[in-house]
Amino acid sequence: MRGGWLRIYALLYLVFLYAPIILLPLFAFNNGSIIAFPLQGFTTRWFVELTTIPALHTAVLNSLMIAVTTAIVSTALGLCAARAATRYEFPAKRGIMGLIMVPLVLPEIIVAVSLLVVMLQLGLGLSAMTVILGHVLICTPFSIAILNSSFQNLDRSLEEAAFDLGETRFSTFRLITLPLIMPGIISSLLIAFTISLDEFIIAFFLTGNEPTLPVYLWSQLRFPQRIPVVMALGTILVALSILLLTTAEYFRRRGIARTGADDTGGFL
Amino acid sequence: MTRPLIELRDVHKYYGDYHALRGITAQIGQGEFFSLLGPSGCGKTTLLRTIAGFEGISSGAVLLDGQDMDRVPANKRPTNMVFQSYAIFPHLSVAENVGFGLRKRGDLNAQAKRTLVEDALDMVGLGGYGKRAAHALSGGQRQRVALARALILKPKVLLLDEPLSALDRKMREQMQVELIKLQRHVGITFILVTHDQEEALVMSDRIAVMFEGEIAQLDDPEVIYKRPASRKVADFIGIMNFLPAQVLEESGAGVTVDIAGLGRAVLDAGQITRGSGNGAEAGLRPETMTLLYEGQSAQGEVVEGRIEEVVYYGDMTYYFVALPGIDTPVQLSMRNLFGRDVLAVGDTARVVWNPGSVMLFR
Repeated sequence: MRGGWLRIYALLYLVFLYAPIILLPLFAFNNGSIIAFPLQGFTTRWFVELTTIPALHTAVLNSLMIAVTTAIVSTALGLCAARAATRYEFPAKRGIMGLIMVPLVLPEIIVAVSLLVVMLQLGLGLSAMTVILGHVLICTPFSIAILNSSFQNLDRSLEEAAFDLGETRFSTFRLITLPLIMPGIISSLLIAFTISLDEFIIAFFLTGNEPTLPVYLWSQLRFPQRIPVVMALGTILVALSILLLTTAEYFRRRGIARTGADDTGGFL
Repeated sequence: MTRPLIELRDVHKYYGDYHALRGITAQIGQGEFFSLLGPSGCGKTTLLRTIAGFEGISSGAVLLDGQDMDRVPANKRPTNMVFQSYAIFPHLSVAENVGFGLRKRGDLNAQAKRTLVEDALDMVGLGGYGKRAAHALSGGQRQRVALARALILKPKVLLLDEPLSALDRKMREQMQVELIKLQRHVGITFILVTHDQEEALVMSDRIAVMFEGEIAQLDDPEVIYKRPASRKVADFIGIMNFLPAQVLEESGAGVTVDIAGLGRAVLDAGQITRGSGNGAEAGLRPETMTLLYEGQSAQGEVVEGRIEEVVYYGDMTYYFVALPGIDTPVQLSMRNLFGRDVLAVGDTARVVWNPGSVMLFR
């Protein structure tokens, strides 16, 4: 068989990647509090139990609020930076853009500790707000990278044509630029949302006494009886992620079909 | 030229240290088809964009209909542009593209706007295409949409940035004729940027030939072709054979020269272009020389040579003929008239030339 070993390798790779995720629903519906085979039978009681933990609900809401705010703020910042980087020339442009992108490669633990020190020095109390600041810092480079390519693919004369036809700079942006880079904006929102939602280290350091979902989950691992509940929660989150990404991809493809552009594969 | 509509007064443009426009002075008339012609990097597109208002100028003045355009942005100028890429908005329909400039016209109701859009589409031969998606159009159709979109605002000047360069040859030639007709029909001043000298010659009332940020010659196409202002213009426009020449005698009426490969000629003052620098050169267009066939009598001087290369174009044949005393063969063109044989490489050719059609650059 041609490429037989490569096929086996690819198969093993996928199993390694997805087996843990498949275990999630398996144990979420398992009627037993110990995470071990053999399975004990079907139950939905872990899902029911989910609804009875107020601290969990607070953490979920907290995380959602932080993730949504982070997505919007970092996409807005990314939009400004990407536009500046692709449309204007200014002194030390490369250096400035490089510095903005550095958080992509900095170890998160270093960023988290530094932020903690800065926040405490500034006298800012730790809260959801400080987590948002930290998450914006690490999400903005992703937003810039995504939106940069959107702006680069946008023919500059489209904006000039609209301006030439009597529109202002702002209405040109609203009528031409924004609709044409919308797929990039949606990608950026999704990526930033996803990163923020499951980010642990920065949240752990900066969250104070309003834990985010990952921080809350981590604290629950000390109690073995809570693990099946965590599995149930994980199952819901995975299902939601798949739904979210599928929807986003659907809209991205529809957008491409409508403008007749080449499908470059998108971010997802 | 009719009443001047655009006046360029000593326009300079710097990009950092780079001197892109070096003192452009010109007047462009109302209703004129004006071309900016030059090789890439000569500043022709920059000049067009300064007229459109996309680029500021470093010094000088751009006047449009008597008004100084200093600090007037592109969206407030009575100019519209057809972009090289056409810049058709891909997320809008054809009608929405064409009617885009009418958005700000509060004095028109929706019905009046629709009528204007339909008229504009009819004008460019795209009647009934309004509902189509803009991205589904062919190159030629996009070009027409771009034209309709720019003309619907009835600008005083239409600026065209290499509008035909993306089309194939046949389409390009067809659009050239259509553009000329359209320009006559609407009576708007057109300024065309092109690097294609043939396109400029075919379409323009007047041509500004530009090199390195300066206008080398501004004249109507025939003068530019027949009386180029410099050796450089002569070299850029059409094909020109340059032959070394030696001035033997100079008098008030003209000069006697010895042209390498051809022989002696007496040229009058009108055939001489000064200021080309090193030594004298004679310039001959390919069509001013002919091959003498058996049984014909020569209408001019005759020299004998050998055919080095034959390039067959269907209606024309270009011959490269080696003449004694020069290294580079001269290029001449012959119409392939009925009954006339195309000669072969290696044949002996008798080349007829006329001293009256020689240009002297010295």
